[in-house]
Amino acid sequence: MKFKALTALSGVLAITAAGAVSADPDDDTLVINGEIEIVTKTAAPEHMEYIDEVMSGWHFRSDETQAFELDDFDNPGMLFVEQAMDVWDTVEGEKGKSCADCHEAVEDSMKGVRAVYPKYVESAGEVRTLEMQINDCRTNAMGAEAWKYDGDDITNMVALISSVSRGMPINVAIDGPAEMMWEQGKELYYTRTGQLELSCANCHEDSYGMMIRADHLSQGQINGFPAYRLKNAKLNSVHARFKGCVRDTRAETFAPGSPEFVALELYVASRGNGLSVEGPSVRN
Amino acid sequence: MKRAFTAAIAATILAGAAMAETVAPGDVVYEDGAVAASLTGAAGSADEGATVMSSKSIGNCISCHQVTALNDAPFHGDVGPTLDGAGDRWTEAELRGIVANAKKTFDESMMPSFYKVEGFTRPGTAYTGKGIDAADITPLLSAEQIEDVVAFLVTLK
Repeated sequence: MKFKALTALSGVLAITAAGAVSADPDDDTLVINGEIEIVTKTAAPEHMEYIDEVMSGWHFRSDETQAFELDDFDNPGMLFVEQAMDVWDTVEGEKGKSCADCHEAVEDSMKGVRAVYPKYVESAGEVRTLEMQINDCRTNAMGAEAWKYDGDDITNMVALISSVSRGMPINVAIDGPAEMMWEQGKELYYTRTGQLELSCANCHEDSYGMMIRADHLSQGQINGFPAYRLKNAKLNSVHARFKGCVRDTRAETFAPGSPEFVALELYVASRGNGLSVEGPSVRN
Repeated sequence: MKRAFTAAIAATILAGAAMAETVAPGDVVYEDGAVAASLTGAAGSADEGATVMSSKSIGNCISCHQVTALNDAPFHGDVGPTLDGAGDRWTEAELRGIVANAKKTFDESMMPSFYKVEGFTRPGTAYTGKGIDAADITPLLSAEQIEDVVAFLVTLK
């Protein structure tokens, strides 16, 4: 397989000795509503040095959890998408506008948007996440208050925007004006933080498919975000997940929306180039 | 060493017996990754070591290692190698060194260093996500807990 030889060897030894469950990602396929085909495994993008095949976190969950995504009526994340749909049409702010006033039907105007974010926005002169773009719309175009970066309102809106791109390949640009931030994100990905001295790569590149206690380590792909977690029964944003992971290394985290997490999101998103947009996904 | 020895004698006299001086994390002497002397000057308890290893709030070693002798505790991970037979594969000194700071034995090991208080990037206060002053960092396991774990590991034959 693609693990480094030594890591793979210890994995095999452990499984053999324990006679325990095999923890490899499965080979199921995901088609939503019987029509949206989701690419959940594909050849890794060229820039990845240590992984040959990228996989959605969907493969690392149980059949029961996977099944929630097969039909929008079973996907609890879609309830929040519906809420955001109402907000899309709601007038807010001093300028008396709704999202729909400028962008009309979300399924037309936002189709493909999730797939290319984060991206360098020429007019702003910076790399932006969808959240930053939404808040820019709210404060400048609508004259409304910015939403809390990782609050429910904005995460639900990101889920709505993601949902209309489901099935389209993630295609985040890493060159040109985005390159410097991408490099920063890559450095952060490989930095061992906190008292446990763990990097993103330790778990999600070197050890995916293995178990940490009862947790099945995935590749940490974010193509399925926002993710509805059975654990907290709501949609979870990328930066909220980053914060939780860094915290769990016994480290001082970065703030959601910080330049560090924007850079990390750009880098991690690019590791999923070729996978389908899948959010809102359902995870443990 | 001489100073530690003198201190140990002084402590022994003062305490009336038993209490030898604990080696601080920064003073541990590694030789090819191994640590010859007990960090507490005394032998640990294998029973306590089993508790440290299987408790999520203490060592949580089974989070990454499968250990048949600890099968009463559920969900052993497999990120690290099984520890079955560890007492055959390693000497007590080697095991002490690996538990205290595995990176001294295995370059760039993923295993956290359990008896180390410096050299971290963005260290935090436990699992709060908040920062911590360097001076306030305590090792993940105490010297006693390290010795207890070592006492348990040498029984895995």
